[in-house]
Amino acid sequence: MSDKELNGAEIVIRCLQEEGVEVVFGYPGGSVLFIYDELFKQDKVKHVLVRHEQGAAHAADGYSRASNRIGVCLVTSGPGITNAVTGIATAYMDSIPMVILSGQVPTHYIGQDAFQECDAVGITRPCVKHNFLVRNVEDLATTFKKAFHIARTGRPGPVLIDIPKDVTTATCKFEYPAQVSMRSYSPVVRGHPGQIKKAVQLLTEAKRPVVYTGGGVILSDASAELLSLVKMLGFPCTNTLMGLGGFPGTDPQFLGMLGMHGTYQANMAMQNCDVLLAVGARFDDRVIGNPEHFGQVPRKIIHIDVDPSSIAKRVKVDVPIVGNVKDVLDDLLKTIRSGDAMPDPKALKEWWAQIDQWRARDCLAYNKAGNVIKPQWVIEKLYEVTGGDCFVTSDVGQHQMWAAQYFKFDKPRRWINSGGLGTMGFGLPSAMGVQFANPGQTVACVTGESSIQMCLQELSTCKQYRLPIKVINLNNRYMGMVRQWQQFFHGNRYSESYMDALPDFVKLAEGYGHRGIRIEKPEDVEPALREAFSRKDELVFMDFLTDQTENVFPMVPGGMGISEMILAEDL
Amino acid sequence: MRHIISILLENESGALSRVAGLFSARAYNIESLTVAPTEDASLSRMTLVTSGSDEVIEQITKQLNKLIDVVKVVDLSEAAHIERELMLIKVRAVGKDREEVKRMCDIFRGRILDVTDGTFTIEITGTGLKIDAFVEGLDKTLILETVRTGASGIGRGERILKI
Repeated sequence: MSDKELNGAEIVIRCLQEEGVEVVFGYPGGSVLFIYDELFKQDKVKHVLVRHEQGAAHAADGYSRASNRIGVCLVTSGPGITNAVTGIATAYMDSIPMVILSGQVPTHYIGQDAFQECDAVGITRPCVKHNFLVRNVEDLATTFKKAFHIARTGRPGPVLIDIPKDVTTATCKFEYPAQVSMRSYSPVVRGHPGQIKKAVQLLTEAKRPVVYTGGGVILSDASAELLSLVKMLGFPCTNTLMGLGGFPGTDPQFLGMLGMHGTYQANMAMQNCDVLLAVGARFDDRVIGNPEHFGQVPRKIIHIDVDPSSIAKRVKVDVPIVGNVKDVLDDLLKTIRSGDAMPDPKALKEWWAQIDQWRARDCLAYNKAGNVIKPQWVIEKLYEVTGGDCFVTSDVGQHQMWAAQYFKFDKPRRWINSGGLGTMGFGLPSAMGVQFANPGQTVACVTGESSIQMCLQELSTCKQYRLPIKVINLNNRYMGMVRQWQQFFHGNRYSESYMDALPDFVKLAEGYGHRGIRIEKPEDVEPALREAFSRKDELVFMDFLTDQTENVFPMVPGGMGISEMILAEDL
Repeated sequence: MRHIISILLENESGALSRVAGLFSARAYNIESLTVAPTEDASLSRMTLVTSGSDEVIEQITKQLNKLIDVVKVVDLSEAAHIERELMLIKVRAVGKDREEVKRMCDIFRGRILDVTDGTFTIEITGTGLKIDAFVEGLDKTLILETVRTGASGIGRGERILKI
């Protein structure tokens, strides 16, 4: 520790450097001017100037999701932080570690309705893992240490640090704490050995088992352990929307995604299994549908989650295991290996025969005939053209579901989407974060004409930083998922779901200095994709005019049971 | 089912609103909530009375434990405990009512804290039920004002909530 005193703004930058932060997504404003001044004076922390604070939060979020480093965003007080709230809530719902720095009016102005004042800590409280208002410069360094620690440990999540302007000019000596201990915060890491034994017994006695995994596997980097376990046991595995890539999408033991738009085989297996191993997943309404319907079939449930409150929240659990998914899976593997019990191969064979019958329904088949581009076709071609070696971000709606269904993710952290909050506008700015976290890698943003317009301004950021993102715009001139629900459940009354007066996306992309391509015929899809992906250093905006009335199947209507699916073949 | 939950939390600004916000955001009931610093000034002790099925109470304790400012949570109603609430009540006391109110106050072992020509202000301590009974026993038209603290609770014997 040197005797030299630093001001708060210098301390902020030093803390970021100490945490190894390489990039900060942000937008300047009055209350953060001193912090921006310090950013200007150094070159260790790179700042990326977005065009709207929502974009900063999504970009930091995408950066986290695609790298397992902590995304950081920096916004000013008042409208700066309120604009970021959607992005913070998005990260919170998907348990993404992130640190948000917000400026605040000087401490003696707080509560005076000062210019650009808002209660940032109050407004973000329900959508952060924790937040801090730093009133004394002496507390800055410890607060940063705590914030990064809280964000990345336990069930990860966004943490906000609100910094009044006078704190950025006040001075004190700087020392970054080597470690932090908080008496009120010590997340469990290892699972209870007794529970692990019980789980192993259930697993090895199972006749119709399913492994169902979610975002927790990806967040705790447990894909390798999951793969070993599933291979060792010979069980079928399904992923939630958030869990895709946690288990290889091309593996024969993979049943596809489950849930509202899950595959027939995944949902049927989930409903009819006798032992369910749930790993880092939370049985949410889009996954198991109606919990009463799900509960009608007796089955034993083992639930591994780092967050005790995720266990027994929506379904009864027989063997709860609280702990970090990676550590618990590791212990499960060791326990199985050290024993001699293995599942009955005959029972498993019968179970797989049943699953293969369900698979034979070929629930993702769609009609490829005709002169109109089918959106599913675009995703299949995207997969082929990139060889699956690609980061895919998405917005929210039909295109998101098609991307999840038809792109096979073999690796974790490749599928980046807003699963919990369902935030339209997430795709493009999160792709920026993904690209910054993975320079030189291919990043595609699958979007729709409605979603893309929600954070369109970030095309300008992409130009400034030469981000060669490939935008796949599935343009059906409708808010497709809204239209689909209106078709099914509201008597074809397409209330306000038609996107009129759309811009010419090609000219729009060109207006931002990018390349735009319009694709109108099925036979042009693949050449256009090849052309776009061959351009390694420029953003290409592909506007695919797709079938206006295509629907996402299978579909479990809201409130129904997971096995009560509408299939394309039914219509 | 009614539960009385004791919480030790960091005595920091915003800690109370985190707890209160959790209850409103997740649609849990709060019957009453009291909070004050403990003998260790860095900690506050909160007593929260709520109701719900066993599943809901389990979620409430889990969600409370997740709050970073919450140090410890105990459901006092799981075992023997004591709870007390304090009420200050101001009643109209003139003529024959003066005697009647004084008698009621004695029966409930209350204390008259303030006396004027026309009013008594009474302190009553006890369980919520006892306080309810006192209010019930009074002629409604005499009650001018009531203020209740909500329940505070503590485990019996060696059952201690401390860090």
